Amino acid sequence: MLEVADLIVRYGPVTAVDGVSLTVPDGPFGFGLVGESGSGKTTLGRALVRLVPAAAGTVAYDGQDVLRARGEALRRYRRAVQIVFQDPDSTLDPRMRVGAAVAEGLNAHRIVARDQVRARVASLLQEVGLEPEFAQRLPHQLSGGQRQRVAIARALAVQPALIVLDEPTSALDVTVQARVLALIGELREQRSLSYLLISHNLAVVEQLCERTAVLYLGQVVEEGETALLLGTPAHPYTQALRAAVPDLETGLPTPAPRPQPVDAGGDHAPDDDGAARLHRDHPGGCPFHPRCPLAVDRCRSERPPLREVAGRRVACHRAEEALASPTVAVGSDTAD
Amino acid sequence: MTLEVRNLRVSFGQRTVVAIDALDLGDGEILGLVGESGSGKSITSLSIIGLARSLGATVSGSIKLDGRELTTLGEREWRELRGDRIAMIFQAPISSLNPVMRVGDVFVRALRLHGASRAQARDRARRAMEEVVLSPQLLARYPHQLSGGQAQRVAIAMAVALRARVLLADEPTSALDVTVQAEILSLIGRMRLEEGISVLFVSHDLAVVAGLCDRVAIMRAGQIVESGATAATLRAPATEYGRELIAAVPRLGDAHA
Repeated sequence: MLEVADLIVRYGPVTAVDGVSLTVPDGPFGFGLVGESGSGKTTLGRALVRLVPAAAGTVAYDGQDVLRARGEALRRYRRAVQIVFQDPDSTLDPRMRVGAAVAEGLNAHRIVARDQVRARVASLLQEVGLEPEFAQRLPHQLSGGQRQRVAIARALAVQPALIVLDEPTSALDVTVQARVLALIGELREQRSLSYLLISHNLAVVEQLCERTAVLYLGQVVEEGETALLLGTPAHPYTQALRAAVPDLETGLPTPAPRPQPVDAGGDHAPDDDGAARLHRDHPGGCPFHPRCPLAVDRCRSERPPLREVAGRRVACHRAEEALASPTVAVGSDTAD
Repeated sequence: MTLEVRNLRVSFGQRTVVAIDALDLGDGEILGLVGESGSGKSITSLSIIGLARSLGATVSGSIKLDGRELTTLGEREWRELRGDRIAMIFQAPISSLNPVMRVGDVFVRALRLHGASRAQARDRARRAMEEVVLSPQLLARYPHQLSGGQAQRVAIAMAVALRARVLLADEPTSALDVTVQAEILSLIGRMRLEEGISVLFVSHDLAVVAGLCDRVAIMRAGQIVESGATAATLRAPATEYGRELIAAVPRLGDAHA
């Protein structure tokens, strides 16, 4: 079990993860982490495997402190919790054959005896749906989907209990994505795995995760059972996300109202793809209030705590009103 | 028919990457051109706007815009046509704007190339910005000072200001967050209704196409494997590949987790 409490990660003056608490149970279990660019979801995933340092808060795995772990304790944690990235190209050494890449973890953690390594590599490749012959190939000889399978095999090699999956299928074509998602579902049952699935795609999370947390500007705004959270979202931001997902059967999402042009006040230069980041420097209150149709004075001054509403945790002063009459929040890119 | 493509063949050396026998875009129609990476959908749109040859491709066949053959046009004729009659927007809107020019200056230069005076150009730029729900104050910014959604709106405003009749949109929302994507899609839908423009919407995302497009054409390995009215095609695809592609789209509301 992975327990995160009040975790804060800063990059210089920017607080990327702003007081996140969540618990990922033992497997088989899927925990989804959704949010748009700039929400801090990737940073949170990396902080959990100690690729970026935390500024404050605690992370505990099976009751043991993770953030200050050293030596053998850190080694054990690194074996128990693995990460798979969005872009397998940047994690596989272009000059290392697939077999050697998968064997690295086996050797580093002495998972099997030396003379067993080759056989174990073959069985790991088979487990992710690749023929044993792939061990001889170089990364550039593989398709994107095959490379992501290798990355998963590499993570599985050390027999982890939990895997952080950071947008594992976002770079893949949709038919390839479907097969990799199916693989994740199978591995979870066969290996009793738990995973933290980071994604911007609500449908992917719905398919693979029992619980989901929605991040906005580094804060958890809503967290609970996935079906409940996506079925009847209580936070106006979750509602906006949900409404914006185009639907194959019904066509367009709920049409957004046509907002009036807003004067471009201020002189800050917003980041390219992080529409949410436009509002990052606002002082105090709820992080979502500049886009929220339900915002009142209290939302501008007082940061809402996560509280229990209708069976999930939600950080909104007006969650009851939002649940009663879901609204579509105004987009961020016209109204800076 | 606004745009008529016949027997289009695009190849790089010996390799043929597009082989389309017929593709039509009607007046005021939004046609979705979908496919996975490498299916040839982007190079098809680049061929239509006369940019494929500059990438080293050999293009043959016929592409007619309002009856006028495009494949034989010279670069000078293309410069007059591009923007004026046919415009294109791309996946990375910020990198398709000139980074050292203020947004307003990009507008003025493009409009003056097409015959407007400086004052007319400024005026049309302001009105086009309001049309896409952006503050005209953004005209004073440089491209890197825009968010991705703002930059895509600017690109659409440019097409509006030039009064393009045909818009080629190549994955225009793939780099955007889903809430911003929804706004850009509704903007493109509104441009069609209010301005009557025709749109060739190139995308890998079937769900996006489902909501926006009147008709859809599915590409694979350079060919159109099937096409038809969007709702009917997505509900009952006629080909095995169409079925596989549609079945692979993850959907909200049919979870089994």
